[in-house]
Amino acid sequence: MPELTDILNSIILLLNFVFVPGLAYGSQLALGALAVTLVYAILRFANFAQGDTMAFSTVITILITWLLQKWGITLGSVPTALLALPLAIIVTLIYILLTDKFVYAYYRKQNSKPITVVMASVGVMFVTGGLVRFVLGPEHHVFADGARFIITAREFKTMAGLSEGLAIKTSQFLTITIAILLVGFVFYFLQKTKTGKAMRAYADNQDLALLSGIDPDKIVRVTWALAAILSTIAGVLYGLDKGFMANSYHQMLLPMFAAVIVGGIGSPMGAIVGGFVISFSELILTYAYKKFLIYLLPEVLQPDGLVQFLGTEYKFAVSFVILVIVLLLRPTGIFKGKVI
Amino acid sequence: MSRYNIRVAVSFGMMFLLLLMVGLGQSWSLCLSIVNLCLISAIMAMGVNIQWGYAGLFNVGIMGFTALGGLSAVLISKESIKEAVNAGGLKMLLAILIFSLAIALGLYIHRKFKSKGLVVVVLLAGYFITRYFYLDASQSIEAINPAFSGYLGGLELPVILSWIVGGFLAAGAAWLIGKISLGLRTDYLAIATLGISEIIIAIIKNEDWLSRGVKNVTGIPRPVPYEIDLQQADWFNELVSKFYAGSLDLLPVSEQAIALRDYLSDASIVFVKLCYSGLFLAVLLLIIILASLALNSPWGRMVRAIRDNEVAASAMGKNVTQRHLQIFVIGSAIAGVSGAMLATYNGQFTPGSYIPLRYTFLIWVMVIVGGSGNNLGSVVGGFLIWFLWIEAEPVGFWLADLSTSFLEKDNYLRQHLLNNAQYIRLIFMGAVLLVVMRFSPDGILPETNKKL
Repeated sequence: MPELTDILNSIILLLNFVFVPGLAYGSQLALGALAVTLVYAILRFANFAQGDTMAFSTVITILITWLLQKWGITLGSVPTALLALPLAIIVTLIYILLTDKFVYAYYRKQNSKPITVVMASVGVMFVTGGLVRFVLGPEHHVFADGARFIITAREFKTMAGLSEGLAIKTSQFLTITIAILLVGFVFYFLQKTKTGKAMRAYADNQDLALLSGIDPDKIVRVTWALAAILSTIAGVLYGLDKGFMANSYHQMLLPMFAAVIVGGIGSPMGAIVGGFVISFSELILTYAYKKFLIYLLPEVLQPDGLVQFLGTEYKFAVSFVILVIVLLLRPTGIFKGKVI
Repeated sequence: MSRYNIRVAVSFGMMFLLLLMVGLGQSWSLCLSIVNLCLISAIMAMGVNIQWGYAGLFNVGIMGFTALGGLSAVLISKESIKEAVNAGGLKMLLAILIFSLAIALGLYIHRKFKSKGLVVVVLLAGYFITRYFYLDASQSIEAINPAFSGYLGGLELPVILSWIVGGFLAAGAAWLIGKISLGLRTDYLAIATLGISEIIIAIIKNEDWLSRGVKNVTGIPRPVPYEIDLQQADWFNELVSKFYAGSLDLLPVSEQAIALRDYLSDASIVFVKLCYSGLFLAVLLLIIILASLALNSPWGRMVRAIRDNEVAASAMGKNVTQRHLQIFVIGSAIAGVSGAMLATYNGQFTPGSYIPLRYTFLIWVMVIVGGSGNNLGSVVGGFLIWFLWIEAEPVGFWLADLSTSFLEKDNYLRQHLLNNAQYIRLIFMGAVLLVVMRFSPDGILPETNKKL
């Protein structure tokens, strides 16, 4: 039988490498997926530009952050990027509204098939991706400043007297807190305010909503505003956590779509649950359990290999497989989204 | 001549003139390189056109299907690495067999007993057994001479065969995706294709035992003669000296031999490219003929009827999902064929070069600009966009250079602009797509038989 400290060590190990990162990454995915699902519910198309829009808003944040740092304005132990957020949201919103005016509005008026609008969003995705790469290039940029950790692994070890440490990065803590606040705000907005109710009515039955005097242009604008807020915050939190790289934002598209479909397309609650389903599956399946098993198993049974279900290079395969399973078994998703 | 025929004649004529200008102005070798890639692009665009133009299916993962074609060129034509096959070939085969067996068993249980739990158990067990053999096999294969091979190699068959095999590989992947996501919301297919193409690229980049990964495979055997053999062949020597007889006679006898050697090396390069052009043109013509026969058959009318009004078509008893699956598989197969052709032409397979911009997005622009639903339109689009793509790179760089020429050489902004000038193409192509979709959705050559 393993000793108590070994069991505790193995639990801390999982908390440190699977649970805490999963919670942070899941929150980032959930915010992005919430934007996708809102746009889907109101504007009725899958927005392929989401990942690159998040990259765009992060680029704006990075530029403002650099400017602030140059002027010597920082937030102490909290990343300066948070100070840049409000302005970045406004710039992103202006950019999104411009794409709406010049691209999506036309197809909305024409009542085009959803797939045509999806294709237009792919066009927007490439233009946005091009802008992002043009400004910051394809390289990796770290823009997080302030204190890196709230608790370092070493502090935890001395505190708890265990050989495994539990580190909590500032960015992870911020991600989770901000995500909770933001999701709370979005749900309050959708459930309680008049505009939010109008949005839900519009999503439910467009004709009936128009008949009862809801202004469709306003609904569209508010939806894009929510999408801009969610995308900017999700993008910046992801960037603070893992650093900014244009391509990794682009590749977040698949896990975000998978999250939306798992949760039920068009359902805000579903997007959040889906985000966590994807992030935890990804981490659980790509984590190497060697050390974990060494703590728990007697020496004879200890593994030689890494004991990994899948190599980390296949992490999008996880989102894809989950997507396939959902499409096969329950195409409506967990929260019964729209399928047809 | 109807207005449409004039449009066809003018657009092909213009394209011909543009290429002629490159040939006369720059060089014939460059002109033929552009022509060959135009031909391959046209075939890729045909594949997408069949999906989008005939059926309105949106494939965001063309990159993955072309990469499968490229992979098949490697697997069919490269020499096999005997040591690697001896070291791990059998174990790898066993792993693949067990994996297929587990899936087959899972499907059988699903059909027969309808027990989801049992299916999951079987699949998980299959996965772990496969993984055990697979890890062992891939390690022993990759350990053999990693700097030069480190993979299983291919079957040493003629490379042309891979064009067909590439088509089948892509068709298989497409069937799997289509089977899962067709019949649901139309955007699910788009999302699923995005996923499968990312996974195919990840596999090709990371499974070194199969494709050498990012170490690339070079020296794929050619279906056409090598330049060096041509230069030494008597018939080719005679042909070239006859062709250039006029200009050779003007030279003094002492210089004729040297001049002939220059002519020979130029002519051999052009000749090889011409051989490729002939092959590619044959494939393109075959596909165009088959596609237009299909489009004008009862099947083609049914397909267009489905595209224009799914509900009405299914009310007439047409099986919409089945037709969509058929078309999706056919279109992806053509993308696979063109991918194999491209790898053959390049003579190498470089997994790192498969980026969505080049292999998915550019092809989309070709289809939309050329005119979706029109096969000749795709050909024109393929030619025109590839031509612009090639010629736009120096222009973009030149513009960035010119617009910052007033700044000093090591100025930050100037350096930055020059370094990132390549991304202007991304923005530009995106803008072209959006503008054409919005203001000229019919493209250069509109669909002819829109009215049923």
